[in-house]
Amino acid sequence: MELRGKKVIALGERDGVPGEAIAEVARSAGAEVIEVRTECFV
Amino acid sequence: MDPENQALIKRIVDEQGTDDMVVLLGAADAEAVEVAAETVRDGDPAYVGPLAGVQLGLPVFHVFEDEVKEQSDAAVYEQQVGFFEMTLDTNEVKEGMKRARGES
Repeated sequence: MELRGKKVIALGERDGVPGEAIAEVARSAGAEVIEVRTECFV
Repeated sequence: MDPENQALIKRIVDEQGTDDMVVLLGAADAEAVEVAAETVRDGDPAYVGPLAGVQLGLPVFHVFEDEVKEQSDAAVYEQQVGFFEMTLDTNEVKEGMKRARGES
């Protein structure tokens, strides 16, 4: 799967990798990040 | 996956379709990863959220997977994810993704 040119929904997790970190990685691979969330399990 | 995120994904797909859409996950444990992957592909397995019975078929990967890591800028990856790679069980997460895709 090629990330370049893809539209990425970044679903992070508070106890895992945050959404914004995933988004930065996706952007560095040439993807367009269209939504960023960090899920919180309580 | 919580109903809010299910609603978000459903709205995005309703507006933009599924073409070129990819979901990237950051969850820390295998079960959460498997459920999230199943939800965006085959629908909410618990049949309670907006994606219950909705088969979007979206490609889904975890940020720890080689497929994502190898395509990203190494410096950015190290800066953003390196810490989490050291502190979380990446193998457990990767195995969860494989199970979710029916690869193991």
